[in-house]
Amino acid sequence: MAGILEVRWHGRGGQGTVTAAKVLAEAVMAEGKNVQAFPEYGPERMGAPLRAYNRISETPMTIHCQVTNPAVVAVVDATLLDTVDVTEGATDDAIFVINTPGDPGELKKKMKLKSKQKVFCVDANAISLETIGRIMPNTPMLGAVVKATKVIKLDTLLADIRASFGKKFAEKIIQSNLDAASRAYGEVRS
Amino acid sequence: MKKVAMTGNVAVANAMRQINPDVCAAYPITPSTEIMQQFSTFVANGQVDTELVTVESEHSAMSACIGAAAAGGRVMNATSANGLALMWEMLYIAAGNRLPIVLSCVNRALSAPINIHCDHSDSMGARDSGWIQLYAENAQEAYDNTIQAVRIGEHPDLHLPVMSCMDGFIISHSIENLELLDDRQVGDFVGPYKGTAYPLLDLANPVTYGALHLQDYYIESRKQLHEAHKRAKNIVIEVGREYGKLSGRSYGLFETYKMDDAEIGIVALNSAAGTAKVVVDEFRAKGVKAGLLKPRLFRPFPYLEIADALKGLKALCVLDRADSFGAAGGPLFIEVRSALYDLPKRPVAINKIFGLGGRDLGLDDLRKVFEELVTLLDKGQAKSLYEYITVRE
Amino acid sequence: MSKPKGWKDLPEGGLIKEAGNAEKYNTGAWRSDRPIWIKENCIQCMFCWVFCPDAAITVDKNGERGEFDYLHCKGCGICALECPSKVKSIVMMSEAEGAKPDALEKAKAAALKMAEEKKAVKA
Repeated sequence: MAGILEVRWHGRGGQGTVTAAKVLAEAVMAEGKNVQAFPEYGPERMGAPLRAYNRISETPMTIHCQVTNPAVVAVVDATLLDTVDVTEGATDDAIFVINTPGDPGELKKKMKLKSKQKVFCVDANAISLETIGRIMPNTPMLGAVVKATKVIKLDTLLADIRASFGKKFAEKIIQSNLDAASRAYGEVRS
Repeated sequence: MKKVAMTGNVAVANAMRQINPDVCAAYPITPSTEIMQQFSTFVANGQVDTELVTVESEHSAMSACIGAAAAGGRVMNATSANGLALMWEMLYIAAGNRLPIVLSCVNRALSAPINIHCDHSDSMGARDSGWIQLYAENAQEAYDNTIQAVRIGEHPDLHLPVMSCMDGFIISHSIENLELLDDRQVGDFVGPYKGTAYPLLDLANPVTYGALHLQDYYIESRKQLHEAHKRAKNIVIEVGREYGKLSGRSYGLFETYKMDDAEIGIVALNSAAGTAKVVVDEFRAKGVKAGLLKPRLFRPFPYLEIADALKGLKALCVLDRADSFGAAGGPLFIEVRSALYDLPKRPVAINKIFGLGGRDLGLDDLRKVFEELVTLLDKGQAKSLYEYITVRE
Repeated sequence: MSKPKGWKDLPEGGLIKEAGNAEKYNTGAWRSDRPIWIKENCIQCMFCWVFCPDAAITVDKNGERGEFDYLHCKGCGICALECPSKVKSIVMMSEAEGAKPDALEKAKAAALKMAEEKKAVKA
């Protein structure tokens, strides 16, 4: 869609993928842009593959169909690469942000991506384990997506994570999530 | 005024918080559950004075609403699909007793097969119950309609229940930008409750609700309801205009998009109309005079105004997200085509049933519809009057 | 009989604004048999008041049974059947007979006759 950045998130139930799309939406709105965030609802179970979407635009949006040609694909769980076609419908110059310790060049070959399509890798599992204390890849993935797409400033994202998590969690947990997002922002590789 | 990003459900729950109704009776059903779930936290936090009655079914929920409204309270509720179907009997009673209950209907397909996603079979089935029906394209309109529904239903010339509809999941569960009014602005706009002149709790002036009317009086009572619906149109316009002054967003009976010189057009309710606007723009860019009409008020159906707005078209397609099995078309088509009958020169009108059970209506689906309308400009006769799209053969 | 109102004049939503207006409905006109109360036989047991399916047995401020409320009594006869006094204090008559001035006298005679017949059956 002209003028609209479309993002597709691939994750598994319980990894915070839907929350990631929501937090990104709120952060984008905080920068005065127009936004949509919507998950694809099916059998919502722990571990079941799921998708969530964002649309981001400078101008108001009336479109309400599904995202079929994303320019950004965020893969929150790399095991999905073997079971789900994450490249389906992606634009010819789409950006893929993948939670993996692997190498972007190798993955690009393995996924048979087009020449202008680009892969960013971030080990969100390791980062979350070291910062948050358990595998919770959604906040580091947000940091990586923000770096790869430049859709908003890192500070805006951090402020929104604080605002979203501040209602529910203790300061220690908020701080560890902020660290996770910042580290991923710095460590994402292409 | 506050800019926020929230789901349609949370937006409606916030409208309810600002309206601060006396009573809500609720029974959860996807996708409307989140409205009452969110609202119940407002109740628990003491942000509203509402008596939230948890009941054992939607039939009971609407029954409790009827009792509370007759008692003299401002009453709201939310439901979807099979929940609305279970309320059926009570919907007619709420309208017949002229109780201005506001119900958020988050549109979802009726079983069977069981499905939780969007279509309009629920509210369309209730279209003859005597309720006013408003439809919303997005979360902003759902929020705005909820607030206006209170004023429309409680208007002293109406006293009618109002169903405020939005698309399940597509709007109810999608986060979008919208503007919320200040709490005080909403409070002042809806004002104190005056929905019934004869509350049951006025013990000094006891009255009887729901008395038996046989061959002697029933038809007079229904004629009153019929006449009230005739008056509703102007009140919807009046409230929409006043809301516009307050919010900067004026509302009428329907929205037209690029219709002034249009030759072909689509008529569609709710979120599908938003997606169709994108395709109207595409066809306009190619030099095709395409337009769109999105009804907001479906009951009463403003047939004279809609016929007038469509009279310049040569061909149009009505998109229905519900079937009326065995009829001459979907519910919206039947209304629109009937409205066109008295025009001296009628456009060719076709009907597509789409998106049942949440099947996506994509840009390509809409492009095909407009392309067909373009061919009708030359041929003048459709190959099929009434057919399904977005369906596998 | 008053002319029924049209839709413009009726209260909205079939509301009945006047409380307890069933009292004004002369359901007594449905009656084909009329109960006659014989005060001198009455033992004030109030069985008739209890059994009356309407509210057609009047009670005065001292708690004593009074005359029938003929505007609402539908003539079902349950009161006469349940009346336990040895000589019945309630007797059913046809509405035409019961409305005549000599109805009470005829009722008393009928009550005595019934009591004697009952005694004869027992003996």
